[in-house]
Amino acid sequence: MSDVIPEFSKGGDEQKVSLTNLSAFSSGPGIRSGAEILAIVLVAIIVIGGVELSLRYFEVPLYIMPPPSAIVVALVTEFPLILPHLGYTLVELSGGFAIGAVIGLFLAAVITQFPFAEKIVAPYILLLVTTPMLALVPLLILRFGFGYEPRIIAVALAAGPMVMINAATGFRRVDSAKIALARSYGASTLQIFWKIRAPMALPMILVGLMIGAIFGLLTAVGAEMVGGGFGLGNRLTTYSSMIQMPQFFAVVLVLSTLGILIYVLFFLIGKKWASWEA
Amino acid sequence: MNAGHASIPKLAVRAATKAYHTASGDLLALDGCTIDIQANQIVSIVGPSGCGKTTLLWSMSGLHRLSGGEIALDGTPVAGPRPEIGLVFQEANLLPWRNLDANINFPFEIKGLKPDRAWIAHLLQRVGLEGFGGKFPRELSGGMQQRAAIVRALSLKPSVLLMDEPFGALDSFTREEMNRLVEEIWLERPTTIVFITHSIEEAIFLSDRVVVMSARPGRVAKEYAVPFPRPRSLEIMATREVFDLHNAIKMDIIGARAVQKPAAFRPAATAS
Repeated sequence: MSDVIPEFSKGGDEQKVSLTNLSAFSSGPGIRSGAEILAIVLVAIIVIGGVELSLRYFEVPLYIMPPPSAIVVALVTEFPLILPHLGYTLVELSGGFAIGAVIGLFLAAVITQFPFAEKIVAPYILLLVTTPMLALVPLLILRFGFGYEPRIIAVALAAGPMVMINAATGFRRVDSAKIALARSYGASTLQIFWKIRAPMALPMILVGLMIGAIFGLLTAVGAEMVGGGFGLGNRLTTYSSMIQMPQFFAVVLVLSTLGILIYVLFFLIGKKWASWEA
Repeated sequence: MNAGHASIPKLAVRAATKAYHTASGDLLALDGCTIDIQANQIVSIVGPSGCGKTTLLWSMSGLHRLSGGEIALDGTPVAGPRPEIGLVFQEANLLPWRNLDANINFPFEIKGLKPDRAWIAHLLQRVGLEGFGGKFPRELSGGMQQRAAIVRALSLKPSVLLMDEPFGALDSFTREEMNRLVEEIWLERPTTIVFITHSIEEAIFLSDRVVVMSARPGRVAKEYAVPFPRPRSLEIMATREVFDLHNAIKMDIIGARAVQKPAAFRPAATAS
């Protein structure tokens, strides 16, 4: 490297992100050979079929654990009833996530520009990240009633800090040589941000958005279980209170699918826009 | 050579001094460096590690500010990055999220200019990268990446090219190839090149003049003219004169180090 401590490498050289890296994305679904697909399908049939057979063989009551076939039947028959609730949950999730992500991204971008401010704000961010926002839901309901508002706020509070903390990690990855390159062409601070810092942070931002969305889903469902008469979380409490376990598991299945879709969405975005890092 | 003996040097380094403020006190990196670089000359700066070569180059580029002294380009002091100056970094320093074309367009984007397509196409062809425009840096070898970086630096037709140990990370064969490429490009379109290197061989092959710097604080210890004709063939590079020059420079650098080492260890023993 350079002879003397150059001014630009003060912030440390390019940090390699590990663990929370996009390896989460790259280890995701890929193109598999026919034999592999066959093996995966076979294992799935054996597992699900095994569960189905053993539940029937041991005559486990429906209210303890319904067999997979009953869950599928419930999903199909109840779907028209579940669908509107899926819509409500999606509204809360997307609304809260959008608010949280925008605020989180903005704060991350601003705060990483001022290391001193970052030090002051850091403990509060940590508090926001580590406190389960579900704990605030009863309070939010008290203040905002049983509508969308407390849920959207809870989702935003859950997703925002996750987005922010990951995005901040991304924005902090200062590569002094790349910034020097931009500066050597007379780039402004704003140009350096958009053309160097933002693209360098993008992989971490995507990780943050994915984690934020998953946390948002979690919080939305949790908030729906606490109060209010609609949403998938509300369906879970309703069905379980009526001991309608096949329907209950059908809702769980819908939620799992939603989670997987969130993952796949960010996987595809990452593959398109952040594959340079993998 | 065709280096003009103009009255005003292209780049004039006057008593350049640079001190870094570190936690353990001030560090004097450059101490009164004075170098004149004539237009369209290739000047190499060699010296032991830590002699402030890179600091000097970055100061020439306007990215570092000097603590004292002055660097003037065409007679006007360099106070910040100047469009006439192109920089080539230690590693290729391409932006990994951009393909080759987008990397080469980067300077134009920053400046809000339209890329000079014909010139870029010519440069790409010149360095043997035509048809690689859609490739990303990670898909290219180290040598190819550095070629792309050279194209990027030359794309704005700078009159001064500052190269900061550009080929240090390459294997020796690739390095020789790159040296030849720089010479070819220079012969085709002469520019003023300041070249920082650890390799004396590289310095002699490329330069009209070699400046040897002393260990920290960096001062100009010696200057050598390199009068061999171009293009410098293998035969020229194998002559006695080149060999002698190589040894003289090596002695300067190692000699400086031999004096430096005991001096660095002594204070503890002879503190009183």
